[in-house]
Amino acid sequence: MGRTFRHLLMAVAATALIAGAADAKTLKWGANREIVSLDPYSYGDTFTLAVLNHTYEGLVRYNDKLAIEPALATSWEVIAPTTWRFKLRQGVTFHDGAPFTADDVLASLARVSHESSPLKGNLPAYKSSKKVDDLTIDIDVTEPYPLLLNDLTNIYIFSKPWLVKNNATLPTDAGKGVEGYATNNANGTGPFKIESRKPDAATIFVVNPSWWDKPRHNLTRIEFLPIASAATRVAALLSGEIDFTNVAPLQDLPRLAASPDVKVLQTNELRTIFFAFNMGDALYESDVKGKNPFKDKQVREALYRAIDIDALQKRAMRGLSRNTGAMVAPAIPGYMPEQEPRLPHDPEASKKLLGAAGYPNGFSFNLNCMNDGYVNEEEICQAVAAMWSRVGLKPNAAIAPRSTQTPKRTKGEFDIVTLGWANEPMIDAYSILIQVIRSKSGTGGVFNWGGWGSAKLDALIDKSGTELDTPKRIKMMAEALQIVHDDILFLPLHQQPMAWAARKSVDTIVQLSDNKPRLWYTTVK
Amino acid sequence: MIVFLLKRLANAALVMVAVALLAFLIFRFLGDPVELMLNEQASQAQRDALRIRLGLDRGVVWQFLTFLGNAVQGDFGISYRNQQDVFQLIGERMPATLELVLVATVLSLVIGMPLGVYTAIRRNAPVAQALQFVSVVGVSLPSFAVGILLILAFSVTLGWLPGFGRGQVVQLGWWSTGFLTPSGRSALVLPSITLSLFQITLVMRLVRAEMLEVLRTDFIRFARARGLRDRTVHFRHALQNCLMPVITITGLQIGNLIAFALVTETVFQWPGMGFLFIQAVTHVDIPVMAAYLLVVSFIFVSLNTVVDLLYAVVDPRLRSDVVRGGAGGG
Repeated sequence: MGRTFRHLLMAVAATALIAGAADAKTLKWGANREIVSLDPYSYGDTFTLAVLNHTYEGLVRYNDKLAIEPALATSWEVIAPTTWRFKLRQGVTFHDGAPFTADDVLASLARVSHESSPLKGNLPAYKSSKKVDDLTIDIDVTEPYPLLLNDLTNIYIFSKPWLVKNNATLPTDAGKGVEGYATNNANGTGPFKIESRKPDAATIFVVNPSWWDKPRHNLTRIEFLPIASAATRVAALLSGEIDFTNVAPLQDLPRLAASPDVKVLQTNELRTIFFAFNMGDALYESDVKGKNPFKDKQVREALYRAIDIDALQKRAMRGLSRNTGAMVAPAIPGYMPEQEPRLPHDPEASKKLLGAAGYPNGFSFNLNCMNDGYVNEEEICQAVAAMWSRVGLKPNAAIAPRSTQTPKRTKGEFDIVTLGWANEPMIDAYSILIQVIRSKSGTGGVFNWGGWGSAKLDALIDKSGTELDTPKRIKMMAEALQIVHDDILFLPLHQQPMAWAARKSVDTIVQLSDNKPRLWYTTVK
Repeated sequence: MIVFLLKRLANAALVMVAVALLAFLIFRFLGDPVELMLNEQASQAQRDALRIRLGLDRGVVWQFLTFLGNAVQGDFGISYRNQQDVFQLIGERMPATLELVLVATVLSLVIGMPLGVYTAIRRNAPVAQALQFVSVVGVSLPSFAVGILLILAFSVTLGWLPGFGRGQVVQLGWWSTGFLTPSGRSALVLPSITLSLFQITLVMRLVRAEMLEVLRTDFIRFARARGLRDRTVHFRHALQNCLMPVITITGLQIGNLIAFALVTETVFQWPGMGFLFIQAVTHVDIPVMAAYLLVVSFIFVSLNTVVDLLYAVVDPRLRSDVVRGGAGGG
């Protein structure tokens, strides 16, 4: 018996052991929609990024507590106010076997920050990057910028040799008709490799045995099966054709929960729904001419106190929403529990406040809502319009599809508008502050449709945007949100519900309020 | 004949341009693709820059003419959403839709014709009456409701058939087929029944009406008088005389089936062209929508043209040159 033969026997035995240990654990994931591409830089879509995170990874990532932890970078420090140094993880390989080095990070950063990249906005402060050694890089930012790590969680790292070989060093460009290899092929470092993909039918992930991290999952295969029709998706879960869905329709939750084979995971997302006011010099559609009643804080308070939030929760949200008086969800840095209590529901006080403001008989105004936007938005608007009518106001609810309403909303053609903000992808209150609350400018206030806010708020927001000391920065953001809260600049309602559902064969599954499935934490029986 | 053909082709081109123009006029009410392509974090400057790069800041007429100019050169652009060549996208999805429509059409003929003959021959029998009644239900039930009911019955309750998807497909060149695998064939059952239900009742009622007409004619009476067997009379002589309108209607309805397959495709997550179109609408993916509408209007127009040409072949009166020639000769 030669040595070679013994080795061969051992190899066979080892293979059998591995095969035995890894007896196929497949998870069939029925999503409500297809991902747009395998290229994470092709389209600014949070869901696509969440799915691709199973294959591609960033320098840092969110863990199962929604805190940032090292991923492809092991440590980092701010070496100058506008320069960050990252130490990269050693011994990581891409799915094609190529080793992970600083060149890969530089090529990825160059690709994502290219002018035609739709994901450029996900890395707003990026200026340049350079290699220090094979496993160290420096990233320069345009100004002192505290949210670089948050942004980097969504910047996935490509292999440079792979990009070069496949002529994909530049992003795709729908404007110029430039297609790319990475749209249909993937090569990351993540826990799962993509085996095959048929758009709108199935994308198959298989486990990456040489993943750098110790797997907490026991999956060998994920079949990603988009099913757009909600009724079909529910039927597929009941019949066992899928094991898990990250979008269980709210109206079907009782039915799903009643099935012995299915469990429902229900919680609230990060998205806070609120009403915002037109703060222009005159209202858009009202019987009050030449002035704007909403500029008077008493009027805003009257509208706030007229809302019976418990009735709204019960009637419009099937009891599943989380009522709040704060503008951001508890998981968002910048959230303050003191801002949580709502002004109590008090229609009599509302009437008095309206009288004191000079509108004892109320006034009419337009209320712009979508019927395909936020969860049960139409029901919310109808219910709240009825509550406002009860204190003598005359709201005129204009409810229409998103496509019809969006142009009006962005142009400020409304008096009150529904708005929801999840603070994604950065998961920080700076998102709502800069994009919604700040006055319009070149870099901020994209969603400041009604001209709300103040110079004082703007100054505070801008200062927090360059403060590198985290506790100080959070204090500034909380202060800004406190001003918003005290001035009743908006009328917060609730965090909207989200629901997942899985077959009982799925043992553990981590559901966080950012509504992103992270199946590398999932075990199945 | 050639003049007739050229006229038809010119008409076809005109119809397609008109469809494209109408489509572009509608697109402006669908919303802004840029809002969907960038996430909430993108700044105003980035939004504006993308809008300019996609040419969305220009007028509708400019966008339409650019599209037309590129389309004439065979360039339909790339999808905003998938970042892929639009024609390749539609080409990938076309086999799924065409196979579904083919099976639905065959089903409608194979089931609809015998039922039509039966209800015509035994029109007072209770079973025939019941079929007539059920066919009204078939015509009036919307296909998404039929689809969901079938899924609940055969997929959830009985567990016999898959409720979504196309099963395992086999690639034959650029054509992907579900006919060659067991899972592909079983996946076809529910969607094709859903899609063909309306068609089955249509064929059944058409055959029934035609049969009743033909059965009253003299030659059927003579056939009976000669002592031919009932089966020979009904299927050989009567049915064959009913087939011309059935073939015409079926041919024209194929266009309809392709266009309306999108509802069935959405219910069953069938990866066909219609489903692609629905998704393009929700993402305001203008290149895909425009190309899909062109493809479907092309299919409609060519089916109509083929039917017209067949008529001309079958019916000499429609061949004007022949008619004129005949008149001159007489």
